[in-house]
Amino acid sequence: MSVRLRVDPIICDGHGVCAELFPERLSLDDWGYPVVDTEPIGRDLLAHARRAVAACPVLALTLERV
Amino acid sequence: MGAVIAGGGRPVVVVNAAEGEPASGKDKLLLTRAPHLVVDGALAAAAAVGARDVFICVDRHAADALSSMSRALDERSALEPTPVPVRLMAVPSHYVAGEESALVRWLDGGPAKPTVVPPRPFERGVGRRPTLIDNVETLAHVAHIARWGPDWFRSTGTPSEPGSTLLTLSGAVARPGVYEAPLGASLGRILERAGADGSGLSAVLVGGYFGTWLTAEQAAAARVSCDDFGCFGGGLGCGVVVALPWGACGVSEAARVMSWLAASTAGQCGSCVHGLASLADATAAAARGRAPRDVALQLLRWADQVEGRGACRLPDGAARFLRSSLATFQQELDRHLRGGHCPEHRPVLPLPSPTRDTWR
Repeated sequence: MSVRLRVDPIICDGHGVCAELFPERLSLDDWGYPVVDTEPIGRDLLAHARRAVAACPVLALTLERV
Repeated sequence: MGAVIAGGGRPVVVVNAAEGEPASGKDKLLLTRAPHLVVDGALAAAAAVGARDVFICVDRHAADALSSMSRALDERSALEPTPVPVRLMAVPSHYVAGEESALVRWLDGGPAKPTVVPPRPFERGVGRRPTLIDNVETLAHVAHIARWGPDWFRSTGTPSEPGSTLLTLSGAVARPGVYEAPLGASLGRILERAGADGSGLSAVLVGGYFGTWLTAEQAAAARVSCDDFGCFGGGLGCGVVVALPWGACGVSEAARVMSWLAASTAGQCGSCVHGLASLADATAAAARGRAPRDVALQLLRWADQVEGRGACRLPDGAARFLRSSLATFQQELDRHLRGGHCPEHRPVLPLPSPTRDTWR
């Protein structure tokens, strides 16, 4: 089983914490909203991904099974 | 359709007649001229998926369409009750209210704003039940096929794309209106029929404000087919065809449309709200000749950034329209940016004034 990041664009308020914590897979667009790399996340990066998900102040970022 | 039957719970059929596309008139025409055909199609679809509820969703500002459909439903119930209840619903007047997920959300008591998909309506729709949502024109075809059979339907069109389609022509045509054409027909011929002067056109917009521009030459050579419009990077979409005359300003037209699309956001997704506003502002500045010389690069970069970033396809459609406008009107844009004179011209593309309707 592998997982990937998913952001709910309606819930997301553009706090930007996620991109700060997990720049390997998340960047911000010109307006401060996260652009998600949806490639499956390997074991080496899973802890970083979980930390970014947990830090989202509005719970817009989730890990979904692929 | 198969997915709706296979899903859990009694399916629901929704007739999408929101027709928020400003230049489109085909759905309203069907509702006013052939409402019983639409009801027949909806009931055939309901029978096919085993639905117990049918909702016909019409823009609440389309008064003629609403009263025509209301009368048709009264006529039916005066004769005999329909096999399943058919309810006419007047949906808020917004461009994005016609998105499938927005209709479901509104029918369930929420605002007529799109939701994040999946789950798609055929998986979990109205009342969490599998929901078949079809456009008015599709259901009119269904009614005809049910009545006359598939061979009759295949007797026009092409083998790979049988049947006919409705096109709404406007702009620089002497006889604007809704035209029915077999799939595979020549777009050039249809424009001629509508009274367009082929040599007097600057460009033709196909597919509405989610669509793409064709040059006059491309339009003359194009065929009305998903395959053919596909090769121009657009799609037949809602069947809107707007002819832009020589002398009109493609850059100003693009700026007007971008500003309207930006104002049409449901206000939910940050990249759509802010991205479309940035795109509209920069396009307007370019049309006034008050933009940096490399504004096209900035616009293309932003178009890439907003694409795929919303719950619905509004940002995707805006990005496609903008890219197509930049490619088609490159020379006009250069002229604007060099401070060239752009004569006063009457706007061509039809745009309603920004809606003040509520979302409920």
